Amino acid sequence: MQEEFLAHEILVGNLTDARIICTMIRFVRLGAIGLAVALLATGGAETGRLAPDQLAKAAKSDSISIPTPGELFAALEKPGKTNWSDQYRGPMPMTYRNRAQIALNLGGLIADGFIAVEAKDSQQVKNIGSDIIKLAKALGVSENLLKRGNSINEFAENDEWDTLQEELEATQNEVKSSMQTHSDQDLVILVSLGGWIRGTQVVSGAIMQNYDERSAKVLRQPALVDFMKSKINEVSPQLRDEALVKDVREELIGIQKLVSFPAGKAPSADEVRKVNEAVGKVMAKIESKTIGE
Amino acid sequence: MKRRFSIFLCVFVLISSISLRAQTDSEVQARKAALDVAGAFSNEGFKIRDGHWCGKVKPHDHALVAVNLYAGNQYWFSASAMDPAKKIAVSVYDETGKRVTTEDYDAGEKAAAGFAPTNSGQYYVSVDLVEGEEGSFCLVYSYK
Repeated sequence: MQEEFLAHEILVGNLTDARIICTMIRFVRLGAIGLAVALLATGGAETGRLAPDQLAKAAKSDSISIPTPGELFAALEKPGKTNWSDQYRGPMPMTYRNRAQIALNLGGLIADGFIAVEAKDSQQVKNIGSDIIKLAKALGVSENLLKRGNSINEFAENDEWDTLQEELEATQNEVKSSMQTHSDQDLVILVSLGGWIRGTQVVSGAIMQNYDERSAKVLRQPALVDFMKSKINEVSPQLRDEALVKDVREELIGIQKLVSFPAGKAPSADEVRKVNEAVGKVMAKIESKTIGE
Repeated sequence: MKRRFSIFLCVFVLISSISLRAQTDSEVQARKAALDVAGAFSNEGFKIRDGHWCGKVKPHDHALVAVNLYAGNQYWFSASAMDPAKKIAVSVYDETGKRVTTEDYDAGEKAAAGFAPTNSGQYYVSVDLVEGEEGSFCLVYSYK
């Protein structure tokens, strides 16, 4: 109907009107195309997909991109009861002299603190709290930590388990922030790494004892290992070339492959065992009194 | 000429330091407000992470941070922005960049997204400006 009307307008020979109408048609067409593009763009936003270049620009930080051992243990606890006290390890030497080794062991000890909290074992929490302070002192970062140590004891005596989890993470962050102010920022990633390795050793060990597909899914963390690897590559060449750091960095390449399961697929019991062996090997090096001295 | 340049430099440094100070204060306020939002989930057993991520939300831009989550846990990502940002939204994307379904809480300059991943791995949390102008924000997260 509208087309007939336009044709009629042109046939009467009024060229100016015809030009106006043609221009209007062009505008309407352009408008329609613009609207379609806008709708498509909105549709894209609603279906919500970020482009790879947007993902590549995402911020990553030690304090938010690396989960605490407590988060890992909380996920493991869901499918069934875990015997946390089975995961304790014997006392470790407090006489390390190599700063990188102290930082890695400090991270491991903090993970041990989270295990003791999961086990609701107040004496073990207090013992570990005291060891954390001793190791931190060796790095010269203990001034504010003494207060944290007292809080850990107090919360443990009062069975305040949720608060203890938060206090342990706050202690870890206090250590890291103190390292940063003492120009030891390169050691920060080693604390996180030590915690992740010890946490993964414990979790993979617990899954091996009582295999369950849902629990095994917590071991999938390829991007996390990649992030820690990249942070280690950023530390000073002197620290990177230290024997222990070099060893840990090389082992991480293999560990990353072992924790890179396809999304949705749970690792088999054998794959869990391989992860446990790999992190156990690194942990043994970190604890060893002879390496790094 | 040199003197004029020095005066200009001093004024520039002074203005910059004042604006940096203001930005820091604003982020501290935003963090406090984000912790208030997260505190509400503590009553349901969520533990608040000590870490946080602060920055600026800008129009037509995603403020994006990578997080590593565990299947089996539940998470709440709580954010707050400061004036002139009026309304923000928090969303979560998986490692391929696909938006995941979240339980949302929106209250103008405060927002939160709840999510329970079925796969462990890397996710991205986005803080977006819905209304208002560029402003400071802070994000915290809690889990159980």
